[in-house]
Amino acid sequence: MGLDIRYPIGIMFAIVGALLVVFGLITSGEAELYRRSLGININLWWGLLLLAFGLLMLFLAWRARAKLQSATPEQQQN
Amino acid sequence: MQQVQLAWVDYAILLAYTAFVIGIGFALRRYMQSSSAFLMAGRTIPAWVTGLAFIAANLGALEVIGMAANGAKYGIMACHFYWVGAIPAMVFLAVFMMPFYYGSKARSVPEYLKLRFDERVRCLNSISFGVMTMMTSGISLHVLADLLRQLLGWDYNLCLWVSAAIVVLYVFKGGLTSAIYTEVLQFFMIVFGFAPVVYLCLKDVGGWGKVTDTLAQVAANPQSLHLANTNFPPEAWTSTWASMSSPQNNPMGMDWFGLTFGLGFVLAFGYWCTNFLVVQRAMAAKDMTAARMTPLIAAVPKMLFPALVILPGMVAVALAYMGKDGFTLPKKPLEPSAYAQLMPIVQEAAAQRAEVAAVYDRLVAAAGMPLDKEKVAALIKDHAEGRLTEHQLKERLQDAVAVNDYNNVMLAMLKRYLPPGLLGLGLTALLASFMSGMAGNVTAFNTIWTYDLYQAYIAPNKSDAHYLWMGRAVTIAGALASIACAYIAKQYGNIMDLVQLVFGFVNAPLFATFLHGMFWARATGHGAFYGLLGGTATSALFHGLTLSQGNEPGIKGAWLTHLLGAQPVHVFQSEMAQNFWLACFAFSVCFVLTLVISLVTKRTKSDEELRGLVYSLTPRITDSGQVWYKRPGLVGIVLLAICAVINIIFW
Repeated sequence: MGLDIRYPIGIMFAIVGALLVVFGLITSGEAELYRRSLGININLWWGLLLLAFGLLMLFLAWRARAKLQSATPEQQQN
Repeated sequence: MQQVQLAWVDYAILLAYTAFVIGIGFALRRYMQSSSAFLMAGRTIPAWVTGLAFIAANLGALEVIGMAANGAKYGIMACHFYWVGAIPAMVFLAVFMMPFYYGSKARSVPEYLKLRFDERVRCLNSISFGVMTMMTSGISLHVLADLLRQLLGWDYNLCLWVSAAIVVLYVFKGGLTSAIYTEVLQFFMIVFGFAPVVYLCLKDVGGWGKVTDTLAQVAANPQSLHLANTNFPPEAWTSTWASMSSPQNNPMGMDWFGLTFGLGFVLAFGYWCTNFLVVQRAMAAKDMTAARMTPLIAAVPKMLFPALVILPGMVAVALAYMGKDGFTLPKKPLEPSAYAQLMPIVQEAAAQRAEVAAVYDRLVAAAGMPLDKEKVAALIKDHAEGRLTEHQLKERLQDAVAVNDYNNVMLAMLKRYLPPGLLGLGLTALLASFMSGMAGNVTAFNTIWTYDLYQAYIAPNKSDAHYLWMGRAVTIAGALASIACAYIAKQYGNIMDLVQLVFGFVNAPLFATFLHGMFWARATGHGAFYGLLGGTATSALFHGLTLSQGNEPGIKGAWLTHLLGAQPVHVFQSEMAQNFWLACFAFSVCFVLTLVISLVTKRTKSDEELRGLVYSLTPRITDSGQVWYKRPGLVGIVLLAICAVINIIFW
């Protein structure tokens, strides 16, 4: 099928991660808000992780496409 | 349950997720040109995608909520559903059964049965499977809508219809491909959404060592949390096998034989190896190797999921026992009608300064469930002295309920640990788990309906465009049937047990039919058909004759003996034990019946017709030239070894 699922997954987690990072930065220092998460600004850290995961997925998808494109001309020669 | 307020960021995450799953459906829309593209994903998908979809379709909302519930109720023994009840069956499916499903070019599991046996077996299987998928998705739809109502105060009907509509939209547009692709996205969503809860709850309680210490005390005194009425050995909540010598020693009420044979063999193999919901994912893979690798790739996360879904339930029990920050296990909610009956009795008792013993039985009858006697006494006393407000009185009555609402344990943990932001992520994960489960059911149902019922019996020899249209139409019809089932499911209590019961009725005998079909060329259509009927009848009979402790005859069993005015033939320690043993009996009857009838009836299919369908008549797949991770047999052995080690670690 002509859709590499890593693109939508990558973009979505990058967006969600970025949202959490921004929210985490805005709310950093609000002790009352983070009482539930044992005083850890978990939005910021988990957001960073999701952002990294999203970018990794995008990188893998991009690399697969680059490989496919460089492989196609050779196949045509054959 | 106390409701929570969502912040803008929570809504933004929910919205982003919804937009992407619908977007995937629309992006795939232009590829849906034929019925096989729509219903079978054109057999073009790589193994890692089908593998993650395979496990996500299984990880529905019922699984997440039900397994956290089981973790609280039964402790680490709930892991048996994974380490005994899944991994061996998944490896068996990959190594031995996928070659027949994929190689025979059957488009569905019932169609394999038609090729191997005859039309009757296919018809029986497709109808029972269709009913089962609709029931399962209806139940999970109900659970989700009910949770959203309790947690966020959203309207039950609105939640039900909107979440079903989203699933229908992306399946309608992109068919099985879009269901599989969104399942991969949902898989990651579920993992990332629940993982922070696991980390935070373990950190809060003081680590795994503290959990086992506390649960040992709980086992000695489970009454304090209304977990059970009898005491257990200290390792009951934290050992998988050590407390299995006798049903009295563990909260599941199971012995090792019933568990290994009933769950590990009959139910697990019946589910993983014959359930089209999961097998369909593997059948959509791009080639034979990818199809066989699908269940094996899925087995890796499956082995680790107990940490994600069972552990929070166990930690919840430990936290409740420690009373950390006043944490309690969620209680069964009292209905408004129950309050209406309870209030006057409490007012009367307080006015007369009556002893609690005088009104306790009336209160329990009015509530419809057991109440904590001391708490009731205290609230009557307080009301008599100081007149509590109506609101306070309601809260105290709810607090006095002595029945846990295990299905709310996961939500209670999400609420306790996730701040705004991650709460949105956790809720999205819950929604994702629900959607992956429902999409799995809907896509399996529309394939079975279109190919195995509609094309086979109602309208054969129509154009492919017609079947594509039918596949789309039945996507909507199936969703409507699920919604109807959701309203029916509103009536029943412990959902997981009910689903297990349905699986027992339908799935347990089925694996015997497949075993004979795939590994014994002599098995005949008559044998398979009457064996299956006999097995299912045995399920119903067994259920009608036996009961489990603490249950009334009726939906929970023993309806037949009740009808005849007799005592149940046997009373099991728990519903789960009853279900496992039911499966054992149904399987055995089907196995023996198929064997005997096959021997006395004539074969209708020649060796030539059975090529590719039966083990002894099919050329072996040789994969010795491949690298090790592309050899299903080898990977399967590695996975089984790892699984055995995990069992020993948590013995």
